[in-house]
Amino acid sequence: MLRYRRPAPGTQPELLHPPYVSSIKRAPTQPLIQLPHTLSETTGPSFSKEVVPPKGFDLTRQHKGEPLGERIVVSGRLVDEDGRPVAHSLVEIWQANAAGRYLHKVDQHDAPLDPNFTGMGQTLTDEEGRYRFVTIRPGAYPWRNHYNAWRPRHIHFSVFGPAFATRLVTQMYFPGDPLLEFDPIYNSVPVESARKRLISIFDWATTTPEIALGFRFDIVLRGRNATPMER
Amino acid sequence: MSGETTPSQTVGPYFSIGLGWLNRCDLARGASGGERVTIRGRILDGEGQPVPDACLEIWQADAHGKYAQPENSQEKSPAQGFFGFGRMPTNDRGEFSFTTIKPGSVPGPDDRPQAPHLEISVFMRGLLRRLVTRLYFPNDPANPADHVLNLVPVGRRATLIARPLAEDPHILEWDIRLQGEHETVFFEC
Repeated sequence: MLRYRRPAPGTQPELLHPPYVSSIKRAPTQPLIQLPHTLSETTGPSFSKEVVPPKGFDLTRQHKGEPLGERIVVSGRLVDEDGRPVAHSLVEIWQANAAGRYLHKVDQHDAPLDPNFTGMGQTLTDEEGRYRFVTIRPGAYPWRNHYNAWRPRHIHFSVFGPAFATRLVTQMYFPGDPLLEFDPIYNSVPVESARKRLISIFDWATTTPEIALGFRFDIVLRGRNATPMER
Repeated sequence: MSGETTPSQTVGPYFSIGLGWLNRCDLARGASGGERVTIRGRILDGEGQPVPDACLEIWQADAHGKYAQPENSQEKSPAQGFFGFGRMPTNDRGEFSFTTIKPGSVPGPDDRPQAPHLEISVFMRGLLRRLVTRLYFPNDPANPADHVLNLVPVGRRATLIARPLAEDPHILEWDIRLQGEHETVFFEC
């Protein structure tokens, strides 16, 4: 009785991943109980254009001046496992500035804040499931997980899709980042081919002459079972 | 294009930058009718320490058991002004609080009615995937026959049912315990 297929084994992180130290006291220890997909799981919130700020897609135009750093275009498609576009779905992003600092009271990294960069964006996918953000390439930053720990450059993504069951929060990484190999969060995904899908692709097609490099990041949500209420 | 579902990653410690703009702690605002309830509690980690950097999301039906979604095939129309989505962070003491309308019953497996419940996602630093749980209402006559509650071992069901305050039954208390003796029941959605 599952409307949405469960992900293939090893393609999602385990909740307990000891190299990521924060998971040790926060991951549940009891086995998860399989939830049937009822109307409660197959419906979900849909957000209208009125909710989403019209310039939410451009993180470089939220202040008086331009943020420092390398301007980039991040775009892609939101689709399901069968390639069907997920249209009119809310996409939220947040990230560090070019120096690797978040505009957040808890972030004490000794790197400058940028008065022209907040690091938040939001948009809706179009009819074809496409989205597009203009932002700057975030910096790497140190964290306290282990000695000399640095997070690779990344952008946080939050997407809803059509149902409570399809809700997904993830992170997008950049190609060729030498820190990926050492990052316990990236490496929490057991299967290498699945993990690599978190790395964006440098994209000539969306690279804009004289303006910005383009990176493509497609996001895949769970597919529907062939029979809507399969047993 | 097709493929496998994109892997989940943690929201990390700074999610309020990106998610805070859509915080909604009053789901009842704008709704007419229905029973207003306030739900409050704490999130506690494996050492019993409050979690000050978590975010909850709520999804629920209106007082008549209707979800505000176009694809919803139910023949009832949704209550005016009720959306059913909430998002709220925990504070420095690990506490959360929100006000909503107690949902009606929605159909479950074999079209048997489910007991009124909220769908809840829990996000925080340290969680590589969201946690999914449900909140049920105290003393609801539909609880004993609820399909999902009956999937849960008897001894753990109480972790899914909020407790009314003696002095005000419209205030419900419900803690989320990530580990330990009274670990909250979490689901694979």
